[in-house]
Amino acid sequence: MSDRILGGIGLLVAAFYIWQSTLVELSFITDPVGPKTFPIMIGIVLALASLAMIFSPDANPHWPQAAKLLEIGISAAVMVAYVYLLPAAGFVIATALAAAFLSWRLGAEPLRGVIAGVAISVGIYVVFHLILGLSLAKGPLGF
Amino acid sequence: MDTLANLGDGFLIALTWQNLALALLGCFLGTIIGALPGLGPSNGVAILIPLAFTLGLPATSALILLTSVYYGAMYGGRISSILLGIPGDEPAMMTTLDGYPMARNGQAGEALALSGIASFVGAFVATWGLVFLAPQLVNVALLFGPAEYFALYFLAFATLGGVASRNQGKAAFAAALGLGIAMIGVDGQTGVPRLTFGEVHLYDGIDFLIAIVGLFALSEVFVFLEHRGDNDGASEGKMQLGRVTPPASMLKETSGSMGRGTIIGFIAGVLPGAGASLGSFLAYAFEKRLNDKKGTFGKGDPRGVAAPEAGNNAAAGGALVPMLALGVPGSGTTAVLLAMLMALNITPGPLLFTQQPDVVWGLIAALFIGNVMLLVLNLPMVSIFVRVLLIPTKYLMPTVAMISFVGIYGISGSTFDLIVMILFGLLGWVLRKYDVPLVPVIMGVLLGNAMEVNLRRAITISDGDWSVLVGSPLAIGLWALGIAGFVLPIIVGRYFRPVPQVNDEVAEGD
Repeated sequence: MSDRILGGIGLLVAAFYIWQSTLVELSFITDPVGPKTFPIMIGIVLALASLAMIFSPDANPHWPQAAKLLEIGISAAVMVAYVYLLPAAGFVIATALAAAFLSWRLGAEPLRGVIAGVAISVGIYVVFHLILGLSLAKGPLGF
Repeated sequence: MDTLANLGDGFLIALTWQNLALALLGCFLGTIIGALPGLGPSNGVAILIPLAFTLGLPATSALILLTSVYYGAMYGGRISSILLGIPGDEPAMMTTLDGYPMARNGQAGEALALSGIASFVGAFVATWGLVFLAPQLVNVALLFGPAEYFALYFLAFATLGGVASRNQGKAAFAAALGLGIAMIGVDGQTGVPRLTFGEVHLYDGIDFLIAIVGLFALSEVFVFLEHRGDNDGASEGKMQLGRVTPPASMLKETSGSMGRGTIIGFIAGVLPGAGASLGSFLAYAFEKRLNDKKGTFGKGDPRGVAAPEAGNNAAAGGALVPMLALGVPGSGTTAVLLAMLMALNITPGPLLFTQQPDVVWGLIAALFIGNVMLLVLNLPMVSIFVRVLLIPTKYLMPTVAMISFVGIYGISGSTFDLIVMILFGLLGWVLRKYDVPLVPVIMGVLLGNAMEVNLRRAITISDGDWSVLVGSPLAIGLWALGIAGFVLPIIVGRYFRPVPQVNDEVAEGD
């Protein structure tokens, strides 16, 4: 069943993709193939592959429980928040928070997670910024 | 003897202090990356590319660093296979079958040493194979026109989907997804924006590095989040290493296995779509069929360790042949290496050998040097790497995630790119749940534009005549091979199943 859902989504994506490809505006310079053809071909392959999945689906994968799914969603949201926090708080603070959250969610006790977060953040800062000279996000505090 | 002279020049390039230091660093990091379950050659190299790129290393040095990581990861994968029974990366899967039982029988040290030597033999011979085979392939590739290249790309996708995956429909789905993503951005030939939805950030297209790091590295973090608590305490106590030199009798007994594993692995590596996992699988399967008369395989037979280790390292070398000579990668990790070359503005393919021989031969020389370093690192110093295995994933994976962000941030400093990377991470997780292979997605993203350019060039040259695509015997041959490579495995089906169901913990890719 899962495969059929993915196949259905694939079909929708393929239809949308082909439709969008036909909307590509041509410029005055063009070649016999043009910029539309290849994307349309890809869309057709995508549609065929989706049909194959609908007609001969594999066994369902083992989906995690809703709580785990939510957790993965929240972790992704934390990463997004991290991206926006980077320029505001600077690399070290933002990374320490995000890394602490992730190690907590991966099974560390909260306090150890915080220690790990700070260690990871400072470690990366020292190795990549101070030693290797990579530019990292700079916050109002200068790091 | 041109080849040998070129190789000599390559050694002159590789033998500078800086390059030697980078090779050593790469070997060391690579072995660690390979050894850690959850990090394998493809995602290990993937998170390092943006770093090598932003550090501004010259092309040859960056290549030396990252290919050393690649070879190192192939060596390192066996360490956790043998000690913990968990493959450190996918190519090391077959090594668990006899390596782990050997360790349980108190022969952990011997198994590690033996597999280290087998890795060396496989990689060393395969690098010689690369030296001699790649220039031959270049001579063939010089005959290729755009139509042949288009057919070649088709061949690469078709065999990758046909041979290396369990469900051809899903492989085609993955390839189309990757190609579709590659189309986003301004069309290089006519200058019109395509599929950008008016979003200025998309005009340049989606950087393949972002896709690779998201799909390979970040998705791994989500996989671990999902499986938290599933198998805690996998590392049961400290394993006694015992002696770390194999007895001569064992070496003698396994020399044939190493030789056969090397040859099978190298061939599997050169073929498009196969890669190191298939190389080690075939090497093990062949060895078992040939020699398992007393039913000792699977219970700690040294030959069952030597053959797949020689096989996967030989395949790693073999996979570089089509990548360097044709610009078409045969496996996940070589796809990542191709991405690195492209990030450095080097276009692999026949012209690379004629126009930038210093890059090619410097790289190949570095492989020889790295190989010797790896042997030295992996025999006497193996206990250092064993200790690395004790780093728990709850600290390792956040580090991986943060380094991924650092790398991508270093390229552009753009918030948009980082968000796209997170989306790719989620996409990678979903696709892995569905057992949709990620390698064709990456190859699609990498090769999509080149594939389209060759198609359009071919049709433009022929003035709109599409039959040019099958206009030469060479092109017809490539199409036929591609179709056979895609369709035959469906028909022959079960005999060709490469790797038994891969468990989720294992690094995806190659």
